[in-house]
Amino acid sequence: MSFVTYLINGISLGSVYALIALGYTMVYGIAKMLNFAHGDVIMVGGFTCYTICSTMGMHPVLGVLISVVVCTVLGIVIEKIAYKPLRKASSSLAVLITAIGVSYLLQNVALLIFGANAKSFTSVVNVENINLFDGQISINGVTIVTIITCIVIMAVLMLFINKTKMGQAMLAVSEDKGAAQLMGVNVNGTISLTFAIGSALAAIAGVLMCSAYPSLTPYTGSMPGIKAFVAAVFGGIGSIPGAFIGGILLGVIQIFSQAYISSQMADAIVFAVLIVVLLVKPTGLLGKNIQEKV
Amino acid sequence: MKKTVRSNLITMGLVVAAYIIVQILIGTGNISSLMKGLLVPLCIYAILAVSLNLTVGILGELSLGHAGFMCIGAFSSAFFSKCMNMFVPGMPGGLRFFLAILIGAAAAGIFGILIGIPVLRLKGDYLAIVTLAFGEIIKNLINILYLGIDENGVHFSFKSSLDLHMEDSDKIIINGAMGITGTPNNSNFTIGVILLLITLFIVLNLVHSRDGRAIMAIRDNTIAAESVGIPVTKYKMMAFSISAALAGVAGVLYAHNLSTLTALPKNFGYNMSIMILVFVVLGGMGNIRGSMIAAVVLTLLPELLRGVVSDYRMLIYAIILIVMMLFNWAPACIEWRKKITATVKSKLSKNKTAKEV
Amino acid sequence: MKKFNKLVSVVVASAMVLAMAGCGGSDAGNSVNNSTGNNSTVENSGAANNSAANNNAEGGNGAASGTFKIGGIGPTTGGAAIYGINVMNGIQLAVNEINAAGGVNGYQLEVNFQDDEHDAEKSINAYNTVKDWGAQMIIGCVTSTPCIAVSEETHKDNMMMLTPSGSAVKCTQYDNAFQVCFSDPNQGAASAQYIGENKLGEKIAVIYDSSDVYSSGIYESFVKGAANQDFEIVVAEAFTSDNKTDFSVQLQKAKDANADLVFLPIYYQESALILTQANSMGYAPKWFSCDGMDGILGVENFDVSLTEGVMLLTPFAADAKDAASQAFTASYRAAYNDTPNQFAADGYDAVYILAEAIKQSNANPSMSVSELGDALKAAMPQITVDGVTGEGMTWVETGEVNKAPRAVVIKNGEYTAM
Repeated sequence: MSFVTYLINGISLGSVYALIALGYTMVYGIAKMLNFAHGDVIMVGGFTCYTICSTMGMHPVLGVLISVVVCTVLGIVIEKIAYKPLRKASSSLAVLITAIGVSYLLQNVALLIFGANAKSFTSVVNVENINLFDGQISINGVTIVTIITCIVIMAVLMLFINKTKMGQAMLAVSEDKGAAQLMGVNVNGTISLTFAIGSALAAIAGVLMCSAYPSLTPYTGSMPGIKAFVAAVFGGIGSIPGAFIGGILLGVIQIFSQAYISSQMADAIVFAVLIVVLLVKPTGLLGKNIQEKV
Repeated sequence: MKKTVRSNLITMGLVVAAYIIVQILIGTGNISSLMKGLLVPLCIYAILAVSLNLTVGILGELSLGHAGFMCIGAFSSAFFSKCMNMFVPGMPGGLRFFLAILIGAAAAGIFGILIGIPVLRLKGDYLAIVTLAFGEIIKNLINILYLGIDENGVHFSFKSSLDLHMEDSDKIIINGAMGITGTPNNSNFTIGVILLLITLFIVLNLVHSRDGRAIMAIRDNTIAAESVGIPVTKYKMMAFSISAALAGVAGVLYAHNLSTLTALPKNFGYNMSIMILVFVVLGGMGNIRGSMIAAVVLTLLPELLRGVVSDYRMLIYAIILIVMMLFNWAPACIEWRKKITATVKSKLSKNKTAKEV
Repeated sequence: MKKFNKLVSVVVASAMVLAMAGCGGSDAGNSVNNSTGNNSTVENSGAANNSAANNNAEGGNGAASGTFKIGGIGPTTGGAAIYGINVMNGIQLAVNEINAAGGVNGYQLEVNFQDDEHDAEKSINAYNTVKDWGAQMIIGCVTSTPCIAVSEETHKDNMMMLTPSGSAVKCTQYDNAFQVCFSDPNQGAASAQYIGENKLGEKIAVIYDSSDVYSSGIYESFVKGAANQDFEIVVAEAFTSDNKTDFSVQLQKAKDANADLVFLPIYYQESALILTQANSMGYAPKWFSCDGMDGILGVENFDVSLTEGVMLLTPFAADAKDAASQAFTASYRAAYNDTPNQFAADGYDAVYILAEAIKQSNANPSMSVSELGDALKAAMPQITVDGVTGEGMTWVETGEVNKAPRAVVIKNGEYTAM
């Protein structure tokens, strides 16, 4: 019976990773940049919702909405100021480093505003736990909401990208910026839109992550950010279903290695599995394999 | 050819000049304790930046696990020094430190080869994430490694120091999260500068050699390089493992500079790897001198800010980092800088002609 | 472009040199009351030649009015910032109080607290910064690893060092270093003894942070102490600082082993998560913890009802009923709009302890760092201090503190003596 419990725990941890990874993979897939500040945008989302709901005492739905708006605006601003000027830089690493700078900046601003003391986040989710087999197995309400949210977001994103004009523009930009521009696609606008969507997803992820693990500090986002990045690569970075599968798998592997091998070595094991997967399938589980040409 | 020799000499001359200036300042007592304490770390970060530049700038592969090699160098050498202190107390400190440096470099180099074999098969961001993964694995395992030596031989465990089953807890050398304490303090500025010069010598010579040109050919176009008969894997491995070994040397300096060595995320985690990458990118990829200077500037910056704005130090550091990146890399900024230098130059030459007339 | 790079490198290099010289100058200016032996004349002449007028004035002021300069070191940014910031606030509060009351032996106190980011290397930088500022004694470091690194340096300078919360044994390996808090082995053994003697549980589970010096130190001494007690450790599960949000596995194992008491030698942020997760999985053992748990009632927005019945051994309790604690808590709240935890209390006490040692040794600020160090470390074993973290605290020459841990249990959201 404990196996099933561990599996459920793994899925619930993985669903949080998956939700964060969706935003990561979206931004990477279109803008081709590793946005190391993504984890910190999640933290901003968490703090915004905390301020609205707990400090000001407003309704949770309002909290979620406002944090989505705040993060979206933040995402666009960051993109305009810190990333856009470097889009045509001679190396793609330059923008990676500014992203790190932005990450430090967000952490330290949050530290000055909210202090280092951990805040306890009141869950915005009001769903009862599901108990099976006379309460021997219990599934957390937040987990159910997170998974459903993940699936809904995934479906909407895929519909958006494949069925709308803007989505097609995104695909075009991700394939070839220059060609897309020649075809009349507004490249800058499309990339800004990508960041806006990615940051909105980060806000939702932040709120749900803090609902599942209700501790909020200025550094809350950084470790899950890296884990989600790993999850995104695991599933094939740039692939939306890949991010979901990668996230869930990562959570399950982590919990199983804690449970059956060693709780201290869990991270080493997770990373070792990642390495093995990438060696067997160098572009991740669902990643596209692009043939290199001369 | 002459140009490269001159450029190399300038780079090394900068280091020597900085060394002489600092020595004069120390001699006349005009240097603060903070600066004195920072001298060895500056050498450490400069070595790290130069060594990572070999992988990122010259070989053209993004590595996010450089701190892992530093970690290996630090722990293997500190372990060696501690053992020597315990079992061969009569050994002269200089010899022990010299051996420690060799051991640290060798251990890191060997790990570089071992990790390089699988990693270098991958490309681009996937390679980056796998190096990050290896770095994290190294840090994680060392952080839970317990190792001690007594009459009954070597004991080790990945659980806790109690599982070593040793009677004398003083003989535990690596104590999990506590790491290694009481490593002899052998690092000093002179040794740091000598090691930095050796690092520069190795890297600069490699870059300007036949091998170096092959490595850069691989960076610029792997398939083309392969087609003209350059053994790609061999050269990739060569650059990667030399880079790892040099990071190991930096680790040795690090371990022998502080009396306590722990594998905290802050010292040897991905944050540190990224920090080193920041030096390299800010200084200019492939630009050895630039990365060295960037390492010095970015290490000094937060420390110098202590005196000015203690509370907002890290915030300002972040802002300066972003601004410097934009200034150095944004095409618009580069244009603007060119214009400025052009106007300055034309003004200067005008003045010159005016004077001559 | 190449030319430009050259230009930049020259400018930067010269700026570096200037910065170094500038720092050298300001150091010399401040070192008027920091003369550490034979090279003091050189430094002073350097000050005359080199440093700006304001630096001289600053150094001169310090010497003239007779201020004791205390350096503080601890993390104020990064993941461990909460501990450092609390200690910093506690120190400042005590310094303000002492200065308002006329100082120590008529001398005012001045404090400069520097960030070490919970990193050994940065802590050395922080130490050197306060040394340049003219610090004559150190309150720090807040966390153990930096503390060990800095103690090596203070030992060289023979500077008095009092760590508020560095609990590892090695923190006080030198004779100039003293602790305000309990050392780790002390806490683990005391916890094992308390649980055993009061028969709080038969099957004990331990959840600890193996990547943290404090937590793994207590865990190991707890296991050693448990060998002589009448209970059994059924599960000992670790987590690491990279994985400190999900505790479902650790809790599930404790639950499966039917542990009736869970020992948590960890800090309250993780404890808060553990209590929440245990509650949601319907697991309700007894909880027992050490001083790291203190602060849990102050976590903003935390559902305090979850902590009902949690027992902890702690020297300080923000909600304790004694006058000293209440006065401290009230003035801390007034000053920082926050509830103090034990770190703030440790920092606060550290200042009073130093003040007591200064009184005892009749030291004055014109003494050199090394003289002060000798005087204070001779005074430490002689003094007795009633602080907020313990009454009748005394010190042994090796640096450890003697004070009684208080066992408290949380009832109705308040600490109650057991």
